[in-house]
Amino acid sequence: MATETSFDLVVVGGGPGGYVAAIRASQLKMKVALVEREHLGGICLNWGCIPTKALLRAAELRHSIDEMQEFGITVSGEVSIDLPAVVRRSRKVAGRLSAGVQHLLKKNKVTVFDDLATLGARRGDLREVRLAGGATLTAKHVILATGARARSLPGIEPDGKTILTYREAMVPETMPKSLVIIGSGAIGAEFASFYLDMGVEVTLIEAMDRILPVEDAEISDFVQKAFVKRGMKVVTGARLASLKPSASGVTASFEGGIQPVIAERAIMAVGITGNSESLGLEGTKVKIDRGHIVTDGYGATGEPGVYAIGDVTGPPWLAHKASHEGIICVEKIAGEAGVHTIADGSVPGCTYCRPQVASVGMTEAAAIEAGHKVRVGRFPMLANGKAIALGDDQGLIKTVFDAATGELLGAHMVGPEVTELIQGYAIARTLEATEAELIQTIFPHPTLSEAMHESVLDAYGRAIHF
Amino acid sequence: MAIDILMPALSPTMETGTLAKWMVAVGDTVRSGDVIAEIETDKATMEVEAVDDGTLANIMVDAGTDGVAVGTPIARLAEDGETVEHVAAAPAAAVPQAAPARPAGPETEAVASAPQSKAPQPVTPSPAPSVVTSNGSSDTGRIFASPLARRIAAERGVDLAALSGSGPHGRILRRDIEAAGMVAAAPAVASRAATAPAAQGDSRVEPNSQMRKIIAARLQESKATAPHFYLTVDCEIDDLLAARRQMNDRAPEGVKISVNDLIIRAAAMALIKVPKANASWEGDNTRLFTHADIAMAVAVEGGLVTPVIWAAEQKGLAEIASISRDLATRARDGKLAPEEFSGGSFTISNLGMYGVREFAAVINPPQGAILAVGAGEQRPVVHYGQLAVATVMTVTLSADHRVVDGAVGAEWLQAFKGYIEAPVTMLL
Repeated sequence: MATETSFDLVVVGGGPGGYVAAIRASQLKMKVALVEREHLGGICLNWGCIPTKALLRAAELRHSIDEMQEFGITVSGEVSIDLPAVVRRSRKVAGRLSAGVQHLLKKNKVTVFDDLATLGARRGDLREVRLAGGATLTAKHVILATGARARSLPGIEPDGKTILTYREAMVPETMPKSLVIIGSGAIGAEFASFYLDMGVEVTLIEAMDRILPVEDAEISDFVQKAFVKRGMKVVTGARLASLKPSASGVTASFEGGIQPVIAERAIMAVGITGNSESLGLEGTKVKIDRGHIVTDGYGATGEPGVYAIGDVTGPPWLAHKASHEGIICVEKIAGEAGVHTIADGSVPGCTYCRPQVASVGMTEAAAIEAGHKVRVGRFPMLANGKAIALGDDQGLIKTVFDAATGELLGAHMVGPEVTELIQGYAIARTLEATEAELIQTIFPHPTLSEAMHESVLDAYGRAIHF
Repeated sequence: MAIDILMPALSPTMETGTLAKWMVAVGDTVRSGDVIAEIETDKATMEVEAVDDGTLANIMVDAGTDGVAVGTPIARLAEDGETVEHVAAAPAAAVPQAAPARPAGPETEAVASAPQSKAPQPVTPSPAPSVVTSNGSSDTGRIFASPLARRIAAERGVDLAALSGSGPHGRILRRDIEAAGMVAAAPAVASRAATAPAAQGDSRVEPNSQMRKIIAARLQESKATAPHFYLTVDCEIDDLLAARRQMNDRAPEGVKISVNDLIIRAAAMALIKVPKANASWEGDNTRLFTHADIAMAVAVEGGLVTPVIWAAEQKGLAEIASISRDLATRARDGKLAPEEFSGGSFTISNLGMYGVREFAAVINPPQGAILAVGAGEQRPVVHYGQLAVATVMTVTLSADHRVVDGAVGAEWLQAFKGYIEAPVTMLL
């Protein structure tokens, strides 16, 4: 097929930012190409969000076997884990979704190049995009959606065998006896929870004073206690001094008087850095700040016709943020009416450890810091009928309101399926609902979501069930 | 000092509970965070954590006891250096200072923040309908606006019908109300520009004076390095004005105390009362000033200067009045010595005489805060549920968050407002 090389838009990177931008652009009648160097769906779909959820589901099922007796079900015989099969299923899930993205792009008439792209010269109002395979594409607009990769710490080189990044941690061939995880953000906390359920001795290390440091302090505290109760070792306020291979695996040493931790393997989960190199940005007006491309709220860089979205533009490193930025960027290019930048505090965050964590908006501390007089509501899952029936009644829903306007400043949840619940508060925030609308809304019984209602009621001294 | 552990409230409505189980025994060492007991309500069983370290000296309520009232001492801790026997024998404090035990997990703060005896006072639960119905200017007569936008518009007296919304299908959102506030200020600037009989695009270039350059450099440095935050409070000043009248009526010849002098005095006393607000960021250290050295912003030809009233907290109102008038006069005449307008620990900028209602000032570096004072004007206020008219002055504290935290700033403002609203206290 004589491949077309002239487009309205070329998207570089086929992750959740890039492929969504490409599809939206096609809907807006642009002629679109997408260049992906490895696999459609990007890290999220292939090495991030999705395959880890498949792994965590296996861990959850394994855990539920331990609880069967409480439900009156006897499981006899040996329970064993076929690790290669667990990993195989995780890969299969990723593969299915990646194939799905391919289909969606085809359906939307997006031309896909399996290739490595660099930004080329500017010709009039057109921009060249050079492919490593030799071809040169031209387009009026180029969106860089190249994502990010694991960051390490100075002097620590993950070797993929004893010191792992998320990528190797996702496809273990054997289970280590013990594991030390450096960093307790979403990635660190999820792996910690997974490996712990799979029977590994896990030590979770955090440099800040609490795990999941971006979450509300009460939520962090709740998760830490749950982890410790399950047998995890959690060390906070520990700044890593060195991580060295030793006879028995790796030794993690810390600054100050903190005891070194010896484990068979280590996972580095200290954050990620943008894939902003080798894109041909040298000599352009694209500004890069600590590995991330600087953009305005609509994806525009300093260089005319060149845009960037998603992880390569900086935190929060979340697939849904990348997708949303892709849509905003494309609609702005197309001159659509009513396009707005992502509002502060409107990106929800979810962590799929056990117990799950989800939040949107400001923490209580951040709200006070910002000068709000707040009303705070709390409701524990142990007073929620559905949670008790599920046998999963450990959790907390906390809501933070502006005392003056009734604005829902933030919501912070930990417990069963809260990652599925948080969208309720996200919608409330987008619609600019106040406490009055939330209180008037009828929540169905019996559901976990009733706890969301009760938390709002509690903020106004009106909780019914606690 | 022995510490009594009290029966905690596991929910805002809980009055009594059952002490289900003790997890510790007399003589056990207890550390903050340890689970010491389990408490049951009709709904749930919850763990109680210790919040202090010590040795359990005495258990006052046995496991299995029903109907234990919230706030009842249930056990006692001996702190380091106290003998368990001695502590156990001491009588229980009738009114313990604070509930030293808290339930584990989610309820921690609820105990403190939940309204207990007072009825909750939710903010107006529904938007003021008048705003919507009185201005049905759209085709259908219905204005689409978010609940939050309606509420803020009602509070600020913004007419929704006059706005166009930026949300989906023209829905009015909070940002539209906020933008309306800014637009309202714009026409004044535009009309002034329009009066100039200049050709379109005409302008002239003036060289910047040394003062202009210094102001530019210092304020730019301040905004770039000091993370500003702003706290605003309304002060009712009718009592202050009355006190000032009385003072001036009886003052000796030549002494005239201005409202600004009273503000300086109140600010100085508040800085001494809340010394953490009287501070300056120095990188590795924070400098805490002993005195309230108050700089006052004085507008002069081509810029402004900030002469200082040193140790203002030690000066009486008459003295402050005479110093401030002298400094302001000489500042306008350009006759201040450099040491008279450098330094100071805190600045006051007053634009009340221009009728400015409220504003936020840029911190005068390296100081930690600046107070922006607006005009005293008659405004409707609510006293005990009754609408009344009071003279209200709005002040805004800009503080450098590196040294002054929100709570400290708020505490300072509270102190300041206290002096302003009860001027007699300033004389103490």
